[in-house]
Amino acid sequence: METTITINILALIARVLSGASVRWVDCQPDTCQRVYFANHTSHLDALVLWSALPAEVRARTRPVGAKDYWTAGPIRRYCATKVFNALLIDRKEIKVHESPIDLMIREIGNRDSLIVFPEGGRSSGREMGEFKSGLYYLCKKRPDLEAIPVYIDNMNRILPRGQVLPVPLLTCITFGPPIWLEAGEPKAEFLARARQSVLRLKEGWTTQEHSV
Amino acid sequence: MVGVLVLLGAATFALRALKRQTEASINPAILETFRLRVRAWWILFSTLAAALLLGPVVTTILFGLLAFWALREFITLTPTRPGDHRTLFWVFFLFTPLQFVLVGMGEYQLYSIAIPVYAFLFIPARIAMDGDHKRFLERTAKIQAGLLICVYCLSYAPALLTLGTVERPINSTGLLLFFVVMVQLSDVLQYAWAQIPSRHVIVPTISPSRTWEGLLGGTISTSLLGAVLWWATPFPGGYFWLAALLSAVIALMGFAGGLTMSAIKRDRGVQDFGTLVEGHGGVLDRIDSICFAAPVFFHLTRWLLTYFP
Repeated sequence: METTITINILALIARVLSGASVRWVDCQPDTCQRVYFANHTSHLDALVLWSALPAEVRARTRPVGAKDYWTAGPIRRYCATKVFNALLIDRKEIKVHESPIDLMIREIGNRDSLIVFPEGGRSSGREMGEFKSGLYYLCKKRPDLEAIPVYIDNMNRILPRGQVLPVPLLTCITFGPPIWLEAGEPKAEFLARARQSVLRLKEGWTTQEHSV
Repeated sequence: MVGVLVLLGAATFALRALKRQTEASINPAILETFRLRVRAWWILFSTLAAALLLGPVVTTILFGLLAFWALREFITLTPTRPGDHRTLFWVFFLFTPLQFVLVGMGEYQLYSIAIPVYAFLFIPARIAMDGDHKRFLERTAKIQAGLLICVYCLSYAPALLTLGTVERPINSTGLLLFFVVMVQLSDVLQYAWAQIPSRHVIVPTISPSRTWEGLLGGTISTSLLGAVLWWATPFPGGYFWLAALLSAVIALMGFAGGLTMSAIKRDRGVQDFGTLVEGHGGVLDRIDSICFAAPVFFHLTRWLLTYFP
C-alpha cells in the first residue's frame, strides 16, 4: 500500500476532478462493516465512490472488481493494488470449492467494508439493470453487514459506455439508509428491494431527466 | 485597489453592526443573503487582487478557470443526450481554453469570432456526425448558449486588460477592477432597492424579487457611484458623465444577465446552479451579471476610447 498521504492526495484529486458533492441521507459515515452497493454506468464509478468516503472509512473500504479488467495495463493495476486495495475476482476461472462470495467474506474479515456494483456490468445509463444474486448471498452469509444503497448521479454523462474521453460535468453521490436481509426473505424479493432503495435515492435527489 | 478594500471593510463593518441588533427590524433572510454576499466578495476580490498583482497572464488564467467551472455547472444542469458527448468534449477542452489563450494574446480579430462563428458551426456539425437527430436544434442551442454565456462573454472581462495601445495607454488593471466592482455594486443596489415597499415585480413568473423600483433605483445609484469613481476609468479628464453612462450600462446588463439565468434555473427547477454543492450558490450564480455586462462594457469602452483620447 502507498502511504496514507499519497492516497489522500489521490482521493482529493478525484474529488476535484469529478466535482463530486456527497450527500448522506438518513445515514452517517461509519467505520463499521458495511457493503456499499451502487448503480454502475461508468469506469470511474468505483473511483468516485471510493473518494467520496471520509479518509478513515476509505482506509477500510475495498471495491470489488473484475480481475481481468483491473490488471489490464499499469495504471489500472497500480490503482487496484496500491490505492484502492481492490478485491479482485477472477471471472474466467471460478473455482468450485471457493465462490467469489467466500473469497470476499474471508478477505474482509471482521474489519473491512466492500463496494459492489450488483448490476454486474455497466448499464447503458438510461435504466438501471436488475441486480445479480451476489449481494443476496453476501448478506445471507454475513447478516451483520449493513447494506448501504448508493446512487451515483451523472457519471453516465461524464464517461459513458464506449467512450474514452471524459466530459467534466459535476457528479453527485448519495448514500442512503442501510437495509438488511430479513429472516427468510426470498432472494428475488430482497434483490428487488435493494434495487428500489438505490432508485429511491435517484428520485429523491433530482427532478432532472438525463435524456431530453 | 485601496478603494475596494475600504468598500469591503465598510460592508463587513455594516454586517457586524447589523448582526448586533438582530431580530429588531431587519428580516434575517436578508441579513443572511448579505452575509453570504460579503463573504463571496472577499473571496472574489482577494483572488482577483492576487491575480492582478501577478500580472495579466495569471488574471486571464483565473477567468479561464472560472469560465470552465461555470460551463461545468451549466451543462450539468442542461439535459444532453449520449450523442452530444464528443461535441461536449471539444467544447470543454478545445474551445474554452482556446478562447482564453486568444484573449491572453490580445488577438481581438480571432477571439471575437472564434466561438460565435467557428465553434457555433462546429457544434451542430459534430452532433450531426454522431447520427442522433432527436431534438437536434434544441440540443445544439443549449450547448451554444452555455458556451456563449459562460466562456465567450466572460472572456471579455480579462480582455479589458488588452484595451490599451501604444498611442492610447490606459490603466487596464484599474479598468478591470472598476468593471467588477461596479457589477457587484449594481447587483447589491438593485437588491437593496427592491426591498422598499410598494413593489412592482417586473416578471413574476421568473423572478419574484426583481422589481421596477430595484431596477430603476439600482441603475441610478450605480450611475451616481460610477460618476464618483470616474478617476478609475480611462476617461479621467472630468468625464463624470462617461463613467456614469458606463455604470448605467453595467447595471442594465447585469439585470439582464441575472434575469436570463433565473429563467434557465426556473426551467430546470433548481434554486442555484451550484445546487450540486449543498448550501452554496454556484460559480455561475455569482458571475451571471459579469457575463452579460462584460462584452457590452468592453465594446463600449473600446469605442469611447477612439472618441475621447
